[in-house]
Amino acid sequence: MESDNIEKLVEKYFEAATTVAEEETLRAYFSEKSVAPQLEQYAPMFQYFSSAKEEKFTKQVPLDTIASVTKKRFNYKWLSVAAVGLLMFGIYFGKSYQEKREAEFAYQETKKAMNLLAQNFNRGTEKVAYLNQFEETKQKVYNK
Amino acid sequence: MQQSEFLNVVMPFKDKLFRLAKRLLVSTEEAEDATQEVLIKLWNKNTSFEKYKNVEAFAMTMTKNFCLDRLKSKQAGNLKLVHSNYQEKGSLLQNQIEAKDSVSWVEKIMDELPEQQKMVLQLRDVEEYDYDEIAEMLDMQPTAVRVALSRARKTVREKLVQKHNYGIG
Repeated sequence: MESDNIEKLVEKYFEAATTVAEEETLRAYFSEKSVAPQLEQYAPMFQYFSSAKEEKFTKQVPLDTIASVTKKRFNYKWLSVAAVGLLMFGIYFGKSYQEKREAEFAYQETKKAMNLLAQNFNRGTEKVAYLNQFEETKQKVYNK
Repeated sequence: MQQSEFLNVVMPFKDKLFRLAKRLLVSTEEAEDATQEVLIKLWNKNTSFEKYKNVEAFAMTMTKNFCLDRLKSKQAGNLKLVHSNYQEKGSLLQNQIEAKDSVSWVEKIMDELPEQQKMVLQLRDVEEYDYDEIAEMLDMQPTAVRVALSRARKTVREKLVQKHNYGIG
């Protein structure tokens, strides 16, 4: 590859106007032994980029622990669902219990009121009983 | 999704995650931990996996955010990054490619770049992503990616030339 062309590419490269393919060309050119002297100063850059690609992630990912972590989280999720369910249940039944108590209270109150009424009525009938006395005496008078 | 399936999806780009993490965190151990953490998070997202059309880009973004968080918390805690492996790795690299000091200088120069430029340079020149992909991963405008990339490349060139001329390592 003629160095003229490469030089133009390098110029474009520093303006960040090169395509991926052109950069590939540059890396290939600089990895060769015969680099034009005026371009030699750029060689380490491209050589470094090529070599940096070689590095690998060698550590093992502990998938077993990952699985257990996810499992734990899964349990927590269902636990919260169960808790919410229980709470709803409690609120529902608590409410119905409350209603029952209120109804009982209302019933007692009504009963009390009715009793009061009945008592007063009874008192009324007692008074009316005097009228019977009057009637009896009247009958006696008529019969004579 | 089963573990084997998950591994099949993750395998092709886990090295890329690691390299990005290492670029940001410098230390190999830190980067390994970060990569592992990101993979575990990804695995926990398991069920919503299919929703992301580009798992790789999503994982890259996660790695980026995780590493930046890590760096931030380090700075706040006033702790230095541990990277005792640094020198050793450098010389190993040197042997591998039979090159002069200047190649490992590039690594040192890249470490001095601002984080954003570091990431852009890593994703473009090492991992060879498109501008659009990088923009998606880093949550930037494509033009901003170009500007950052151009700046990063020029900074590396400048510093490299400087070291070349004065011969200081």
